[in-house]
Amino acid sequence: MCANRFWGDRDDEILNAIVVLSNYVLIPAVAYGSQLALGALGVTLIYGILRFSNFAHGDTMAFGAMATILVTWLFQSWGISLGPLPTALLAIPFGIMATAALLLTTDRLVYRFYRQKKAPPVILVIVSMGVMFVMNGLVRFIIGPNDQRFADGERFIISAREFKKMTGLSEGLAFKTTQGITIVTAIIVVMTLFWFLNRTRTGKSMRAFSDNEDLALLSGINPDRVVMVTWIIVAALAATAGALYGLDKSFKPFTYLQLLLPIFAAAVVGGLGNPVGAIAGGFVIAFSEILITYPLKRVLKYLLPENLEPSTLVQLLSTDYKFAVSFTILIIVLLFRPTGLFKGKSV
Amino acid sequence: MRKLLLATTAVALTAGFASAEDIKIGVILGFTGPLEAITPAMGDGAELAIAEVNASGALLGGSTVSPVRADSTCIDAGAATAAAERLITSDGVKGIMGADCSGVTGAILSNVALPNGMVMISPSATSPGLSTAEDNGLFFRTAPSDARQGVVMTEVLLEEGINEVAVSYVNNDYGKGLADAFQAAYEAAGGTITINAAHEDLKADYSAEVGALAAAGGERLVVAGYVDGGGSGVVRAAIDSGAFDTFHFPDGMISAKLVENFGSDLDGSSGQVPGTNSDGAGIFAKLAGDSFDATSPFAAESYDAAALIMLAMQSAGSSDPSVYKDHVISVSNAPGLKVQPGQLGLALQALAAGVAVDYQGASAVELIGPGESAGNYRQIGFEDGAEVTVKFR
Repeated sequence: MCANRFWGDRDDEILNAIVVLSNYVLIPAVAYGSQLALGALGVTLIYGILRFSNFAHGDTMAFGAMATILVTWLFQSWGISLGPLPTALLAIPFGIMATAALLLTTDRLVYRFYRQKKAPPVILVIVSMGVMFVMNGLVRFIIGPNDQRFADGERFIISAREFKKMTGLSEGLAFKTTQGITIVTAIIVVMTLFWFLNRTRTGKSMRAFSDNEDLALLSGINPDRVVMVTWIIVAALAATAGALYGLDKSFKPFTYLQLLLPIFAAAVVGGLGNPVGAIAGGFVIAFSEILITYPLKRVLKYLLPENLEPSTLVQLLSTDYKFAVSFTILIIVLLFRPTGLFKGKSV
Repeated sequence: MRKLLLATTAVALTAGFASAEDIKIGVILGFTGPLEAITPAMGDGAELAIAEVNASGALLGGSTVSPVRADSTCIDAGAATAAAERLITSDGVKGIMGADCSGVTGAILSNVALPNGMVMISPSATSPGLSTAEDNGLFFRTAPSDARQGVVMTEVLLEEGINEVAVSYVNNDYGKGLADAFQAAYEAAGGTITINAAHEDLKADYSAEVGALAAAGGERLVVAGYVDGGGSGVVRAAIDSGAFDTFHFPDGMISAKLVENFGSDLDGSSGQVPGTNSDGAGIFAKLAGDSFDATSPFAAESYDAAALIMLAMQSAGSSDPSVYKDHVISVSNAPGLKVQPGQLGLALQALAAGVAVDYQGASAVELIGPGESAGNYRQIGFEDGAEVTVKFR
């Protein structure tokens, strides 16, 4: 009886530790990683096919999210909703269309000129920074610099209180609807993208163009069409990633500028130009940012015997240094493995 | 020609009344910047007191007072210093009502008020650092120091039986000052602070910060931030992840927006905000009428700051800052005739007749220590998704 009780308590402790870790590290990191992966996919596609680092990507995401929000508000005013799911899901396709129109216009007005002049990539990078400032201004001009809320429907799949009641554990586990949607949408988008790149004629011609531009042109691939399709796909990725991030966290134009660093870190860590790498990179960055700044005290409290319980927080870095983590990973990868974890192009 | 003659005679006549002067008082507040939402009502509060004194005609043998507004910007110490310098050198003010934010107030005090010997009464600078700033007896405030708020918070929490809390503060002078003051008071009273961590304002996501707070644990989370900024983000993330069930909110978080954002999720939480149930607050609201919102933060304190300057002048019988600075404390504290808002004319006549005055004003002013308000707080609780007043402290 006594022994049973002891082992029962021990199991509870281990379960509690797992729940704490899932609640504060696993679930947030998987959701954040999916958002980063979608962003990094866009960056990596532009790098692979158009051959430059697009600094305007963060603000493209902001624009896509903004367009989605505006359509969401319109739907909400019409009384259209998805029941327990956020209305924003219905609005994302319209956000994608608006973003595609913006990107194609930008390409026509700005990038095409430099492409025809065969400008070196570094000039295109600087050009993209100019585009970034214009887009940032545009977004703030249209929707304002403040926080916007557009999430509706059920907030939680499982809330912390319900979880505690259900399991009787002392730790709660929260799983937000937006986190679930983020993960599911990311999986669908990534699967569609890979199917497109590997199975369709257009996708194959894009990969050919990326591998060897001259050879692709000789074999009769229309470069304008490849460029156009690339921008449309990038618009879809950026608008989806932006809307999901805004839905899960909160929408504020400036935060997308801050997202640029982890997104680039993800793309570079995975190997620029390599879509699989971009996804892996997104999760590597998300997990390291969250794990390194998470204090393990509460987890260890459950796992270690009582006399070994840590008195400090067991936190490697204070949360203020979250962005330093992606910077450090970026530098380490560039120093020791410039082509990234998966073979991409050297930066 | 005749008009010119008349005009010159008029000028000569006014110049003849040497005793009655036109006194200028600077009203320096952040009319632009992060506090621009509440500074108009603060400026109106100060000018209401000035208008009341002018209407009575009892100040220093019929002197009139005119306010001169200047912009402190709340955050730019250089611009605030230049604006205050202008008030003294070019407008010739005899006293300054302001400034508003703690950072610029300290800058004006050390760079302008001290070298020029100018009296300053701030209605809203709450940083504990200003209590010990060198001021030659020139600086006062009708707002309490956050050191006092730290003590009030400690009392509220301990009375509710909360002995262990985590603190998240916004990373600026206000947040850091308040969090440190609270930590000192709470630990001295036997409470335990498991973590005292900063959060940056205006981020999209605070789940990492809340993860750290949750790991440290505590019975309640103290959020010393802004309701329009990161403070609400921290509360949202804490509720979502189930890290904390109840919270404690200092003044920066108390607003109708808080209940609107979180509703019944806050049940069982606590808080406090400067406020009083004195008669003065009600009278002040009636005086203000529809011209401005008398319950806007620090509007009452602004009225009182301007009133104190003029009462001190009357008590000293001089508008010279180096003379009347010694009278600010005596007119604001007992003993004396208790003075409510709207009775400034009466108080001026009493002072002229040699009767002592104990100014109560709109915010129940009582200056302690180095000349700062003792501070009255409204203790707040949250029940059934609504904010309720528990009591006044």
